[in-house]
Amino acid sequence: MISSLLSWFTDPASWSGGDGIPSRLLEHVGYTVVVIVLAAAIAVPIGLGVGHTGRARWLVTVANSLRAVPTLGLLFAVALWLGPTIRGALAFTIPSICVLVLLAIPPLLAGTYAGIESVDPAARDAAEGVGMSSLQVLRQVELPNALPLLLSGLRSAVLQVVATATIAAYIGLGGLGRYLVDGIALGDYPTTAGGAILVAVLAVLLDGAIALVQRRVVSPGLRAGSRAVGGRGKDSGNAPVEATDTSLLDDPRVRA
Amino acid sequence: MDWLSTNWRTVLDLAVSHLYLAGLPLGVGLVVALPLGWAAKSWSRTYPAIITTTGLLYTIPSLALFVVMPIVLGTKILDPVNVVVAMTIYTVALLVRTVADGLRAVPDHVEQAATAMGYRGLRRLLGVELPLAVPVIASGLRVAAVSNVSIVSIASLIGVSQLGDLLVDGYNRVIWGELVTGIAACVVLALALDLLLVAGTRMLTPWLRAQAGRA
Repeated sequence: MISSLLSWFTDPASWSGGDGIPSRLLEHVGYTVVVIVLAAAIAVPIGLGVGHTGRARWLVTVANSLRAVPTLGLLFAVALWLGPTIRGALAFTIPSICVLVLLAIPPLLAGTYAGIESVDPAARDAAEGVGMSSLQVLRQVELPNALPLLLSGLRSAVLQVVATATIAAYIGLGGLGRYLVDGIALGDYPTTAGGAILVAVLAVLLDGAIALVQRRVVSPGLRAGSRAVGGRGKDSGNAPVEATDTSLLDDPRVRA
Repeated sequence: MDWLSTNWRTVLDLAVSHLYLAGLPLGVGLVVALPLGWAAKSWSRTYPAIITTTGLLYTIPSLALFVVMPIVLGTKILDPVNVVVAMTIYTVALLVRTVADGLRAVPDHVEQAATAMGYRGLRRLLGVELPLAVPVIASGLRVAAVSNVSIVSIASLIGVSQLGDLLVDGYNRVIWGELVTGIAACVVLALALDLLLVAGTRMLTPWLRAQAGRA
């Protein structure tokens, strides 16, 4: 099994043309970028608004309850529903993109909201005390403080999209999922396994890349360990043991 | 509804396999995650290594993991064991961090009081720290349970049978009743597991109810 896998990777035919590894990889990354940009454009402003005003928290709850819906089912339902109304090649792409955006919204929204929510009220009060406007507080105090959680939401959204894009190949989306789905359909195990390894490596690399960005853009004062998130400051009053009924709501790491 | 009334036996059978494929890894995963999480908590130098490794495992997409499993395990491609092991990996990946953080969150003064009362080593862990960490660990288990139920349905794409079969077949043959039943059955199963875990947590943490009563 491993030798046939190796020969798939070393075969020049695997690396050229529209079905070659470079173009499939590029497609996969392309979908991911488009989906994340669209989802962030929707989820981040809503998360900021809900967190800043404390209003409409139910939006976050509703988005989170979407997670109990099986990804595969959602994908099939939207494809059956939207597919026939769209002509040509886009009949597969548009439903897939819609579902992927829908799936990327909950982690982004939860991360952004939880980030703003977790800002120390004293910092907020201080900012208002020195005369900042509501918008200034949001931009200059809350957003920078919310970045760690916002970015961890982004990480799980990216993973979710990379993973689900492979499944969307079943309803006709391109990308690395084609190797998996076509390989399974044809009983061509080397292609399937090769595609699986490529997807796994891509997911791990993208996650690492965002982790690096996270390290660069987050203020050093906010790095893990300097905050009392059940970490070092553990004896400080209300330990999380008593405080958690976080359940699904606060864990942005749910994926396909 | 028509579709369901004629096919409810199939749905029930598939739900049982689904429960097995999603639930068994939940139990095995917890058993594996407890010592790992405890190790990460006890030797703080191992914490980053253990958390990073398990975090990396969680980044692997499920379809990819299902497909690669036979190479790693030497099993047949259609063997349900591949799915069970893959789901166990995800469960462990989610829970190790929760267990470690839950144990870390036990206040120092509680540990000191327990030590002063003669609780030491394993007895302190099992009698004091672990019970206090139950709410945190349970919240991790709830996340794992719901995500397991959703992920397991993907195993239908590699031919391992469970509720996901309804989704695939409903889509391929454009039977809305079957597709919707599949989705609803998955949601119901996820909610049922979640409720079970909430009830279990309540039973294991009588002091939290006492607190709530006083407040």
